[in-house]
Amino acid sequence: MFKQASKLSAGVMLVACALNANAADSVLRLLTWADYAPQAVVDQFKKETGITVEVTLSNNEEMISKLRATGGAGFDLANPSQDRITGPAREFGIYRPIDLSKVKTANFIPSMLSATEKVTGLNGKVYGLPLFWGTDGLVVNAAKSKAADYGDLCSAQYAGKTAVRLKRPTLIAQAFAMGKDPFKAYADPKAYEAIMTDAGNKLISCKKNLKYFWESKDQLLNDIRTGEVVAAQMWDAGGWKLNSENPTLKFVAPKSGALGWVDTFAIPAKAKNLDAAYKWINFITRPEIAAQVAKSAGSFTAVKGAENFMDAQMKKQLAESFPPAAMKNIKWYPAIPAGLEEIDGKVLDRVKAAS
Amino acid sequence: MNVLAPRRLGLFLLLAPAVLWLALLILLPHVEVGLLSLRERVGPGEFATSFKQYLTFFDEPLYWHTFVRTALMSVIVTVLALLLAFPVAWSIAKVARGRVRAMLMAGILLPFWASELVRMLGWLILLRGSGVIPQLLFWLGFTAEPVELLYHDATILVGLVYSSLLFMLVPLINALETLDDSLIEAAYDLGGNRLDILRRIVVPHAAPGIAAGCIMVFMLTLGNYLTPVILGGKNSMWFTEQIYTQFITRFNWEQGSAFAFLLLGLSSLLVWLGLKLTGQRFADSMRRT
Repeated sequence: MFKQASKLSAGVMLVACALNANAADSVLRLLTWADYAPQAVVDQFKKETGITVEVTLSNNEEMISKLRATGGAGFDLANPSQDRITGPAREFGIYRPIDLSKVKTANFIPSMLSATEKVTGLNGKVYGLPLFWGTDGLVVNAAKSKAADYGDLCSAQYAGKTAVRLKRPTLIAQAFAMGKDPFKAYADPKAYEAIMTDAGNKLISCKKNLKYFWESKDQLLNDIRTGEVVAAQMWDAGGWKLNSENPTLKFVAPKSGALGWVDTFAIPAKAKNLDAAYKWINFITRPEIAAQVAKSAGSFTAVKGAENFMDAQMKKQLAESFPPAAMKNIKWYPAIPAGLEEIDGKVLDRVKAAS
Repeated sequence: MNVLAPRRLGLFLLLAPAVLWLALLILLPHVEVGLLSLRERVGPGEFATSFKQYLTFFDEPLYWHTFVRTALMSVIVTVLALLLAFPVAWSIAKVARGRVRAMLMAGILLPFWASELVRMLGWLILLRGSGVIPQLLFWLGFTAEPVELLYHDATILVGLVYSSLLFMLVPLINALETLDDSLIEAAYDLGGNRLDILRRIVVPHAAPGIAAGCIMVFMLTLGNYLTPVILGGKNSMWFTEQIYTQFITRFNWEQGSAFAFLLLGLSSLLVWLGLKLTGQRFADSMRRT
C-alpha cells in the first residue's frame, strides 16, 4: 500500500516537473515599463506563438537593481533606456550581446538603429535595439503659466505651483538651462561634478518655489488637472495625455532643449528563453503592432512604417510641441559611464537635505 | 551512544522552524550585508576591504543629520503614542465591560485590516490641498484659501503615530488588565489621591507593558519606509529612505549596507538606553508583548 502510494506520488511529481518545464519553455519573462506591453498585444502574441508573456513593471533604476541582484537572471527581456545599458553591462555583467542575425533589422528605422547600436555598443558587440523614443520637457497649463524653459519653474510668479522630480534628468535640465553642456562633460568627471554642483545649487535656491518633488506620474497628472500645479518638468507622453483631455494643458519643448531618451530591447545575461525574447522583438517591431503599443505608451517608435498606423491626434500633438527647430534642439542622452551616478546622487542628496 | 533522547529530539524538532528561520532569514543575510558594508569599489567589478562606507557616513553631514532626525522623530512618535494610548488602554482594560469592550477592541483592530499603504493614501486624500479637511476649513471660513496640510514634518508624525498606535495599545491593555482593582481601592482607603495612585501603583505595575509597547513602536517607526515617503514632502528625510536610495537608485549596495548596520546599531543602543534609564529588564517587557 505504502509502496504504491509513494510510486504514485513520485509519478505525480514527475508529471508536475515535466509540465513545469514545458510551461517554462513557453513563457517570456519581460521586465518593462507600464504601458509597453498592453494586454491586447500580449494576447495576440500568445495566440500566434503560444508563448505567455509575464510582465513585470519597472523603471530604469529598478531594472538595473533587479538584474544586478540575480546577476542577470530572472528575466528574458528588458526595456531599459539606451544610456543605461553599457555602464551596468560592464560593471555588473547583467546584459548579453544581441544576436543581430535573429532580429529582423529591416523593421527598424535605419538611422535610429545605427544610433542605438553606437550608444549601446561595447567591445564591438551590440547590447540594445531601439524601441520607443521620447523626451523630457515641460508640461504647462497655458491659461495660468507661460513657462518656456526649465529655469522658469523657479520663477517667483509660480511659487508653490511647480514640480520636478528629484532625479538626474532634473539636474541635467537645469544645467542646460544655465547654458552648460553636461553631456559633453561625461568623459571628464571633475568638470561634470562642477556642472552638477552648480545645477544642484540652482535647484536648492529654487526649492521653496516647488510644490513638491513628484514621485508618481498619476499624482502629478492629477494636480495639473486640478490646477494645483501649473508647470512641471515631465515627459512628453504625460503632457500629451493631459492635452487630449484639456487643450489648455500643453507639452512644451523647453528653449534650452528637450532631453531625448530611447528605450530599447536588451537581453539579460542569464535569460533562459532567448527564442521567445527574439520572437517578441520581431513581433513588436511589426509596424501595425508597434503602432498599437505606441498608442498605449503614448510615445513614438523606432519602427519603420509604424507612423502609417499611428494616431492622427498624436502626430498633431508632436508637431505642435516640436516645431522643426525644437526637434533639432533635442539633447539625446549619451551612454552614462559608471561612477557618474554617484556624483548625481550626492548632489541630489544635498538638494533634498537643503531647506 | 550519541543518540538524542526522545524528549530532547522532540524539543529539537519543535524548535527547528524557529531556528531555521532565524539562521536563514535573519542571521545569514546580516552576515552578507555586514561583509558588503566593508567593501569599497576600486574599479569596474573590483572591490577592496575598507571602512570607507562608514567614514562617508560621518564625513557627509547630510547622512548623520538624517540619522539623528530619524531617531529624534521616532522618540517623539513613541512618546506621543504612549500618551495617546494610555487613556484608551485604561478605558478598555478597566472601564469597559463585556460587549462594549469587545466592540472597542474590534474598533481598534479594524483599521489594520486594510494595508498600511491604503491607510496612508487615506490620509493623503484627507490632507491634500484639494482634499477633504483643507476644503472644509476653507468652506467654514477658518482659512482664506485651502491650505496644504501635506508634506510637513507634523504630517509625518500624525501618520506614524496613527500607524503605530495599535502596537502600543495591545501590550498596555495586557499589562493593565492584570492590575487588581482592590489595590486601587486600598490606595484610596489609605488616603491616596489620583496622581499618587497613577504614579505609585498603576505605572509601576504597567511598566513592563509600557516598555514593551515603546520598544515596538520605536522599532517600527525607525524602520518605517512608507509613511515618511508618502506623507513627507520635499524636505522630509528618513533614514530608511536613504538606505533604499543607496540600494535601488544609486546601485551602491556597499553604502546601503553600512547604513543598514548603523541603523541596527542605533536602534539597539536606544532601546538599551531606554531600558537602563527606566530600570526595566528586557526579558520582563518581552514577556508582555
